[in-house]
This record gives sequence, C-alpha cells and structure tokens, in this order.
Amino acid sequence: MQHEKNVTLILDDGSRFQGKSFGYDKSVAGEVVFNTAMMGYPESLTDPSYVGQIMVLTYPLVGNYGVPSREEAPNGLSRFMESDRIHPEAIVVSDYSYEYSHWNAQCSLAEWLKEEKVVGVTGIDTRALTKLLREKGSMKGKIILEGDEDIPFVDPNLENLVARVSCPEVITYGEGEGKKRVVLIDCGVKDNIIRCLLNRGVAVIRVPWDYDFSTIDYDGLFISNGPGDPNMCETTVSHIRKALEGTKPICGICMGNQLLAKAGGAKIFKLKYGHRSHNQPVRQIGTNRCFITSQNHGFAVDNGTLGADWEPLFVNMNDGTNEGIRHRSKPFFSAQFHPEACSGPVDTEFLFDDFVKLL
Amino acid sequence: MKEEIKKALILGSGALKIGEAGEFDYSGSQALKALKEEGIETVLINPNIATVQTSEGVADHIYFLPVTPFFVEKVIEKERPQGILLAFGGQTALNCGVALYKSGILEKYGVQVLGTPVQAIIDTEDRELFVKKLDEIDVKTIKSEAVEDIDAARRAAAELGYPVIIRAAYALGGLGSGFCDNEEELTRLAEKAFSFSPQVLVEKSLKGWKEIEYEVVRDSYDNCITVCNMENFDPLGIHTGESIVIAPSQTLTNSEYHKLRALSIKIIRHIGIVGECNVQYAFDPQSEDYRVIEVNARLSRSSALASKATGYPLAFVAAKLGLGYGLFELKNSVTKTTSAFFEPALDYVVCKIPRWDLGKFHGVDHELGSSMKSVGEVMAIGRTFEEVIQKGLRMIGQGMHGFVENKDLNIPDIDTALKAPTDKRIFVIAKALNNGYSIDKIHELTKIDKWFLQKLNNIYRTSGELESYSCLETVPPTLLRKAKIQGFSDFQIARAIWHDDTEHIEQNILKVRDWRKTLGIVPVVKQIDTLAAEYPAQTNYLYLTYGGTTHDVHYLGDHRSIVVLGSGAYRIGSSVEFDWCGVQALNTIRKEGWRSVMINYNPETVSTDYDMCDRLYFDELTFERVMDILELENPHGVILSTGGQIPNNLAMRLDEQNVNILGTSAKSIDNAEDREKFSAMLDRIHVDQPRWRELTNMDDINEFIAEVGFPVLVRPSYVLSGAAMNVCSNQDELERFLKLAANVSKKHPVVVSQFIQHAKEVEMDAVAKNGEIIAYAISEHIEFAGVHSGDATIQFPPQKLYVETVRRIKRISREIARELKISGPFNIQYLARENDIKVIECNLRASRSFPFVSKVLKINLIELATKVMLGLPVSRPEKNLFDLDYVGIKASQFSFNRLQKADPVLGVDMSSTGEVGCIDADTSSAILKAMLSVGLNIPKKNILLSTGDTKQKADMLSAAKLLADHGYTLYATGGTYKNLQENGIPCELVYWPSEEKQPQALDMLHAHEIDMVVNIPKNLTVGELSNGYKIRRAAIDLNIPLLTNSRLASAFIKAFCTIDVEQLPIKSWEEY
Repeated sequence: MQHEKNVTLILDDGSRFQGKSFGYDKSVAGEVVFNTAMMGYPESLTDPSYVGQIMVLTYPLVGNYGVPSREEAPNGLSRFMESDRIHPEAIVVSDYSYEYSHWNAQCSLAEWLKEEKVVGVTGIDTRALTKLLREKGSMKGKIILEGDEDIPFVDPNLENLVARVSCPEVITYGEGEGKKRVVLIDCGVKDNIIRCLLNRGVAVIRVPWDYDFSTIDYDGLFISNGPGDPNMCETTVSHIRKALEGTKPICGICMGNQLLAKAGGAKIFKLKYGHRSHNQPVRQIGTNRCFITSQNHGFAVDNGTLGADWEPLFVNMNDGTNEGIRHRSKPFFSAQFHPEACSGPVDTEFLFDDFVKLL
Repeated sequence: MKEEIKKALILGSGALKIGEAGEFDYSGSQALKALKEEGIETVLINPNIATVQTSEGVADHIYFLPVTPFFVEKVIEKERPQGILLAFGGQTALNCGVALYKSGILEKYGVQVLGTPVQAIIDTEDRELFVKKLDEIDVKTIKSEAVEDIDAARRAAAELGYPVIIRAAYALGGLGSGFCDNEEELTRLAEKAFSFSPQVLVEKSLKGWKEIEYEVVRDSYDNCITVCNMENFDPLGIHTGESIVIAPSQTLTNSEYHKLRALSIKIIRHIGIVGECNVQYAFDPQSEDYRVIEVNARLSRSSALASKATGYPLAFVAAKLGLGYGLFELKNSVTKTTSAFFEPALDYVVCKIPRWDLGKFHGVDHELGSSMKSVGEVMAIGRTFEEVIQKGLRMIGQGMHGFVENKDLNIPDIDTALKAPTDKRIFVIAKALNNGYSIDKIHELTKIDKWFLQKLNNIYRTSGELESYSCLETVPPTLLRKAKIQGFSDFQIARAIWHDDTEHIEQNILKVRDWRKTLGIVPVVKQIDTLAAEYPAQTNYLYLTYGGTTHDVHYLGDHRSIVVLGSGAYRIGSSVEFDWCGVQALNTIRKEGWRSVMINYNPETVSTDYDMCDRLYFDELTFERVMDILELENPHGVILSTGGQIPNNLAMRLDEQNVNILGTSAKSIDNAEDREKFSAMLDRIHVDQPRWRELTNMDDINEFIAEVGFPVLVRPSYVLSGAAMNVCSNQDELERFLKLAANVSKKHPVVVSQFIQHAKEVEMDAVAKNGEIIAYAISEHIEFAGVHSGDATIQFPPQKLYVETVRRIKRISREIARELKISGPFNIQYLARENDIKVIECNLRASRSFPFVSKVLKINLIELATKVMLGLPVSRPEKNLFDLDYVGIKASQFSFNRLQKADPVLGVDMSSTGEVGCIDADTSSAILKAMLSVGLNIPKKNILLSTGDTKQKADMLSAAKLLADHGYTLYATGGTYKNLQENGIPCELVYWPSEEKQPQALDMLHAHEIDMVVNIPKNLTVGELSNGYKIRRAAIDLNIPLLTNSRLASAFIKAFCTIDVEQLPIKSWEEY
C-alpha cells in the first residue's frame, strides 16, 4: 500500500495537477467534470451517464466505506450499484482512504478500480481544480502516469456515448398477467430507474436507444438518463416524436427530458460546467413546492424554444435553467433531475407514482 | 411574511451552564438580526449580561431578568408584543414558553408563537407523546416506558432487561439521566431523575450503535431541507455534547445517509416544525436498522455547530421562516445569488471536540456518559480527518499538541480506560496504539468505528516514521508534507525529531518552520462557500489546510487590516465575556475604517459568525497558525487584549517575530504576567501585595509560613491529581496536600502566598492610553476574598467601600498603568481590609467583568480601548461610576448538578460556568433578580442551616433571625443549632450523616422537606465525603437551592425577606 505512482492531470488549458495513482495504473483522457456529492461513489461510478468522463469529487475523503458486493439480483439488475461496471475513465479525489470500514463492504475502492482497469487519482487539490472548471467550463483532460508516453486529449461528446452504454437487445423485467407494460428506452439507464418502476408493479421492456418500439404493445413510455450530447440521438428523437402523436403516457429523466424536449421541437444547449451534485434546488413552476434533487447532466433544455404545446414543469432555483417539461394537454412530462436518486436525495421519487398512475 | 407582527419578544437562555452555553447567544443574535432586517421592534429577555445579544443595537429593548414565566409575563404585559420566539434560547426558553402557553398567558395577551407551534414542541418533549407521534408514521423510536415512581421504574427496567437508560423528561442536555446495569444503580439514578422531573423514562440501552444527527429545516409551505448531518466518533452511550463529532458523516453509505435523511424529513413534516430542528438517531453498525433517539424542536448546540460547519445560518433562516417566509424566498447568505433552499455541499471535513474542565472540581467523576459535563467545544476544519482531529486536540487547550507527541499519560489499566470512556479517552487510544494494541482490539473495547481508528493509526505511524530521524534536514520532504497534511504541528515534528529536548523546544519549532518553508511546505487558505466551489462566492469565511495547493483568496498587502485574536474554547474562567470583547473590537475596527480580521475556533461564538468581520479565519490560535495567517494577511497590527489569556500568552513570541502588537507592549505584558518581575515593580513603586515566595523544599516552605502564618495559598507547578491550587489552614493540611497531590522539587517549585482572610476584594477594570487611565470601573465582591473572582458575586458601582479605599485604589491603579505604560484594557484585583490595600494580580487585557461594567456604566470600555489601540484620539467619558443611581449585580451560575460527585463548594479555583448581571435601584433588588436568574428559588417554608465556624456563624445570625421573623422554619445541625438557640432564634435540631440519631438532615432532603440549604464549610480545605459534602451534594442532586458562602447567603436572605418579588420593577436596560 501507499507505494503509488505519481500521475499528472493535465487540462486542455495547460493547467497541471500532481497526484498519486491509487487505482489502475495507466494513462487516460476524457472530459473533466466535477461532482459535489458527499457520498455515493459506488453509485456514481456505475452511472452510465459518466462514460467518457474524468470524475472529480469535491468532497475530499473518498473510499471510507469501501465497495459493496457487485452481485446481481435475480432480475439481472445489480443489487447495490447502478449498472454492471464502472463507466467514467477515472476518478479524481483529494484524500483517498486506503482503509475502509463497513459491514456491507466487500473490497476497497482501489481494488475495484484495479479490477475494472479504471484510473484513480488522489492527492489533488480538487477544490482548486473545481474552481478552474467552474470558471472555464468543463474541459478535456488527461491523466499521464509517470514514465508513460503522452496521449492526446479526447472529447467524448463528439462520440455517440449513448450507443456505447445502451443495452444491445431488448430485456424484459417483471412481466406478469394483467400488468401494465412500460417501454423503457435505454440511453444508459441507471438500474434504480428500473427498480423504481418494478416496485410500482409494472412490467418493464428495456429497449436499445435506437429500437423502434412502436411495434411493441405497451401502456407507457419511459426515456432514461444517458451520457453525452443529446444531439447524437436523432434516431431516438424520431421514435419519440411518433409516440407524441398518440396519448400513451410518456415520462423522461435527464437525457430523457432533453430527448422529449427535442421531440417536441425544443433546442438543447451545453451548460458551462453542468450540474453534478445531490443538492440542486428545483421548484415546480407555478407552485411553492421545492425539492432537493440529485443531478448529473452537462446539457440543458432551452426554455425559450419549447413548442406551443409544451411548458416548463420545474426550474433550477440557482441558475434558472430548465429542470423538466410537460405537455399542456397530453400525459407527457419529464424531469432533468434524477427522481430515482441513487445516489442522492429521494424527495422526488413520487414522480414514478405520478407516471404509473397515468398508465 | 406575517404583516401583523410589529413587535416580537425573544427569550434568551440565561447564564451559560453545562448543556446550555454560548451557542444560544449566537442563535439569538442571528434571530434578532433577522427580525431587525424586517423592521420588527425586538424585545429580548436575557439576564446574561456578557452576551453579544444583550449589547446595544442588537435588540431594541433588553431586559436583564430571569427567563421564567413570572418575569416573562410581566414583560409581555408591559411591552405587548404580537409575537414570541421560543426556539432561540435553548431548553430554558422552550420550557418557559411551554409553561406560558399552558397557563394561557400567551393567549391572554394575544401573543403569537412564531415558528414551530407549541403543540409540536410538546409532542417532541413529552416522551410518550413523541413515541406515539412517530408510531403514527411507522418511524422506530427507542421504546421506553414513562414512569412516575421508583417502583414502576424498577418494573419497567426488569421488563426491558438491563442495561437500561434513565432519562428525566423535560430536562436539558440529558440532565438527570444515565445508564444502569442493575437495579441498585437504577434506584439511585431514578431518585435523582425524579427530582428534576415528575416523569422519568426507562428504556433499553443501545450502547455501541452509531450516533448520527441531522439538522432539518422546514418552512410553512412544507418545503424541507437537511442542512447537515453529523456522525459521532464516540458511539451511542456518550451524550452527543460529550462526543467528538464529525461533519459530514464519514462511515455512512449513500443508502444509509439518504434513508436517515428521508426519515428526518418525514418526521419534521409529521410533527409540524416550522423553522429548524435536530433529529438524533441510533444506527446499527451491522445493518441499516435505526432508532430515533430524540428530536429537538429548537435551535440547539448541534444546530450552532452545523451552522458553523456548513456556513448555512440556521438560526437566521429559522427566524425568517417563523415570520412566514418560504425557503425559496430567501437567499443563500454566502453566495448571495443562489437560493436558501438547498443543502450545503462541503468540500472539507469538520470535527468538534468537547472541552472538559473536570480538573477544576474536587471529587468529580471523570467517566463520560449520557449526561453532559463538558463546558465548551472547538471546531476544526481541514481536508483530511487526520488534520482536523489533530487541530482539534490542540484547540481544546489542555496542553496537548495533537493526537501524538504529547506528554505521557499515566494510565494504569488501558483496557478499562478504553472501555469506560473519560475525558482523556482519545489519548488512551494513542497510548494503546503505542503499546501495540490492534485496531480490532481497540474497536472491540471502545466500539468506535474502525474507520476512525485506522485514521488515528495513520497519525501514529507517521509519528513513528518521523521519530526514526534525528536530523531535520534528512527527513524526506514527502514525509514532512505528509505529516503536515495529517495535521502535525511544527511542535510535534520538533518533538518527534529532537525528542525530549524541551530546553530548546522554541528554537526547534522555529527551525522546523523555517526548514519546511524553504521546502515550500506551507498551508493554503480555503473558503467555506456552502456549495463546494460550484458557484462563485465572495465569502470571507476561511480556514487553513495542508490538503491543497492553491489559495482561494487574494491578499492586498495594503496593511489596512487589523487582526483580533479570539478566546478559543469556552472553559471555566474564559467564556462568552471574551466573545463580547472580541466582537466589540471588531465592530470598532470596522467603524473606524479598517478591515477587521478574526481568528478563533469556537463554534459557540458570535465572533466566529462570518458576518461580524471582514475576514474570519476559523483556525487555531497557536503561535504557528497565527504566524501563518499574519504572514499572509500582512496586517497593520494585531490585537491580543480582547481574547483572554490565550492571545496574551502569545505576546512575547509574536513580538520576537516583529509582529506589530497594538496597545500595551509585549514587554509590559510580560512584566505583569511574570510573578517575579511584577513583584519587583510593585516594590519599586511601594505598592503592597500579599507576601509570597517560590520554594523548592519543605524546610523553606515551613520557614516562610512561620513568617506569614496560616492560612496560605499553595500553587504547585506540577499537580498529580485534583485542583492546582489549595488553601492550607494548618501544618497537617499543608503536608497532606504537598505530599499527596503535588510534588515539590527543584524542578517543580511551589508558590506559597499569604492568604488574607476577611478582606474585601475589589476589581478595577480600566482603559489606559500611554500609561494614563482614560476610563475605569471599580467593583466590589459581595463575598470576602478567598472565593475566586470568577465565582464571586460582584456589585457595581461599589456600595460599601470607604471613600478612602476607592481613592487609594485609583492612585495605585494610576501608578501601575503608568509604570507598565498601558495602552488598552486592563484589570487589577485588590484586597482591602480597613484601608489597607494589597494588589493580588494585574492583567493587561480585558477581564471577565468588562461587559458587565461596560453595560452597567453604559460606556463601552472595549470600544474605547480599541480606539486607543488604533491610535485614535479619545477623550475621558463625561460620567463616572459615582453618577449611577442604580446598582448592577453580577452573579455566578454553577453547574454542579451536571458534575456528579463534585463538591459544590466555592474556593480559590473557579468553578462557575456562567454569570448573569441584573440592574435595579438598590443592591437587594438587584441581588434578588440575579439570584433568581441563576436558578435559585425563594424558599417556601423550611430551611436547613449549617453556618460554619464562629466568625461565619456570627455573620449569618442576623440573616437567620430575619428568616425566623418571616415565618420560616429553621432546621440546624449541632453547632448551628446551639448558636441559634443561644441567640434566641427558634430552630429545630437535625443530625449530620455521621451522627446516628433522628431526625437526619439527609432524610429530610430526600423527602423534599427542605426548600433551601445554607451550608457553610468550616474552612477552605476540602474534606471529601465529609458530613458537609454529603449534605451539599444531596442538595445539588435533589435540585434544592444551596448557598455555601455566608456573605452571599445573608445578602440573598435579606433580599427575599425584605423585598416582594411582585413589586420588583420591570425596567429595560435603556430605562436605567
């Protein structure tokens, strides 16, 4: 332990940060983003929305409670995680805890990273790094292991990341006599979205991001979260657009919110540095109801471009950006934040109830 | 907002006591600020005159009156407020509010409770209702049985199975609670608990579970947030006020954290809190099982800590919510742009460590449990756990340098010391590691989560690595940096390398400092911005850490800032009064156009509110850290004299580094602090002092005592056990003390002073400029010398001093001020017998009594002193103390009820935890208000008297007669009985515990047949487990008012016998 190699994190503006490798020893490149959540690293690391990114945690102490078992439940979903593998290219922290303590832990974070060949960096002034990202916006970055050759920067947003993390084929969960059937478009879905739906007694038909689900007999449509630039998912948008002609309930989360908005004619723009945290305040428009939400997104819906049939449903109380939309007459709505939490606060889980009631 | 509220009443928490301390000055001040911002006229009732909230301009009308239903009703009747706030004055205010509600007073005067409704408060305070309430929403509580007598308690405990915990309902900070392993312990504890409350709860003990707290906020629109969660380092079983606490939680997974968070919100909604509350959980370390321990429907010690830990001003926001605002209508006061409806994201870790002062008490139990004993706390901020725990252990100021590299503790049985926690347990862990204990073994004995123990082990291992080097320059820079990241001070590094070279320690510290600076190993300054740097924040709330590479702030280097050093942890002898002094200095600095900078680390204070200054460094007051900050800040100068003794002690070392100390020079400070130098100076200017000598062997001591005679005051420089000072009245006591408790040798000299009896003690608080006194206040103790000035009852202006005495004191003070070239605040204590004046001590800094005399005199002595230190022109105030047509009484608050087994007797060592100050037209009225403010009641019928030696008996005679004349029944022990009989005062004989006859005084106490006890110890020596001790202790344990000083007892008796409480004038401060 503690004979780690030196690594350098280099940003595309030339800034450099020295740290130590505590995960898998290799050099990687990606988009550097920060997350201000104070716990939940196993959930964040397995969130497919982080694919291609270098995740910087602002909370300095990481690894404290180790990593739980990666076993699957009988339905094929991970028991404690959000997918079956780590998605970001690397995790960057200030003070990695080499020893952990928790009854439910099976190994350390370092062991897990090494096993999945993912880079971990500790000893970085993550606050200074975060301020830089806040001021200049999310940047491309690379982590060079001491002694390694230099590698080029990579912009993951130029790639269709959704295609990378979506399921290759249709998977069904919880089918049963008389159950309502929900088609879930997997743009990189977190397992807890599926769990939240299953817990409410519906069957879930998980389809690949570009699957033409109009052939399926279903009661409601759910569009999942996912990584990268929503403009890469025109195929999905066109499928959704078709569904908008009908009246079957539609709900979306995160990327799902953006794709639904796009299908309704709205435009999406890239946020300077995104929202990645557990403490984003959101207000339901036209009400005094406010919620603390978990978020993880770099793009947002431009409210000004919403079609006449649509209206904003939620707004971010810090920066006024869109946090959800709804159709003025049909049962279509979506949230930019994560009502399924995992990780983060569970205050908005009622949106699943709202959706299931509509079916 | 509620438009109908034009005037609001806010209840303070009264004197500082264990379980209710400075945090409520902070909460109340914040609430008052919030109300003021809305243009609401504010009325404050708080007898704690040393607080910031009772300062000019904070509230519109301030009443220095007891926070009891009786007085509060009187104030309501007079002021006619539309609203009342109950959540900002701790349990005292809450209980008072509930009583006013239940008796219909609030309704009678149409006073609206702002914030959480009283029924919700009652639902959280009454255990049975509370459990029922949470049962309704399927939230698990610790099942307990409410019982109303001891038999029922025994039955309940037998059913639940031992160990059980006993709690008194409606009691603050776990008063009257404790663990019982068997029926015998239960009987003892239950009896005590019943004396505090008619209802006692028996419940199953969950010792060893994690203890987790959430601070939750709810507005009247049902929007909820949890501002902070905290995890106790010490598992369940130790009161949260006695635990080391970490924020945010460290060992909880996402699922656990959010499970408890969601429960907190569910609970607060169901109970119907509007404002802030705290939810405490017991959490199973082996599953996700939990129990709700309690909900505090008010601002609490934890909420003050959470505010400081996160930068989220809970009290301020809670007050606004009480006025009807929604969280979404308020802004984050740090970023100023984002919403107050959010949950802070921390990018640092904080650690709170309690400060105990158990060494000050005779006989006190050092074991920690479910009842609070600590008198203060510190908060350390950093970016590793190792850093914050080491910082924190230095901050508590008990001679420790961190987790390691301390003086060796004498622990006879490490296993027991780990298992049965005391105030020293964390250091026992260091010792255990050093003795080869494994983490598993320590965990098994302490139940402390292994994560914390592993982190402590990291520190221990680093100290070992450092110790393997004997030359600083050969220590690898990476190791040196690692040590700093783990919170090692330069002192610890120096000690690790040079071991016991104590002689050169100061030079060695500087060597380490210089060397690491050449290696570029320096701390960085980080901001606390509530959002982990996600949004830009112009916050001035700062800390230093080695866990980073970049400063968050830019330094102007314009020398336009002035640094004020705070007073550190509240402890016996230094508490809220120095916070007041610090805040006054900051205010003056700002007003005069300088930038104010505060360094302090006490989360209970107003001076550590980032609104109070231009920059707040929430950090250590060690030489090392102060120098780190001064080197960055480059201020015009530093003020040491408003923060008590901690800053004063840095004077010489800062001066050696050419720091510009504003006001009195470091050399003068040294000349006053150094006993030899000060004595020599007094001799030079022909000022008398009690004779003293520093001696190193018994023969010399005996020779000196032969000259001056008994009694003598003995102050050893090395104490084995017990208190540091003692008065010895005869040879036997002297030898016993020096042989058993202390150690006399060349290395450990003892200072022996003549102890003058039956002398008055007089205090001079003053401000001088270039050696010339500008303003002063002379006050007089009610008790004779021998009671520590911090425990004494003080009257100002003096009522019974000879004019000649006053004149002499003024003359001597002038000479001392001139001789020491004082510029700034100072205090001199005098003994006066006839007109013979002796100087006891002189402090070239503000003293404890500065806020009291400033407020009674209505001249802010600190403002004046700060102006002097800034070099501004000042003029002598026009009025002086002889112009006042009223009297101020400062009375002390004791917390003996918290300190099990401690002898509640006053002596040369200070033991009070707080004070009040009340004003009235004459001494008796002011005394009555003051004594009622510190929790005494006017006795109804029966009084137990044991009035000490002959002289004291004579002192007490007229008071005893007064009592008899007023229809009180007097019970007296042997000598007193005889004395009273001889003087024709009717009384009944009762027996001491050692006398095997009836009626027994103790039995009467236990039967609650006595309403007040006057027990004057015969001499100033402590005879443990003596008769007197048993009576005094029983009075405390049974919550019966106790007086142990004849002069104070006489004054109080005279006051309540001659003055009708109903007739006491209800006047606010500005009306005097």
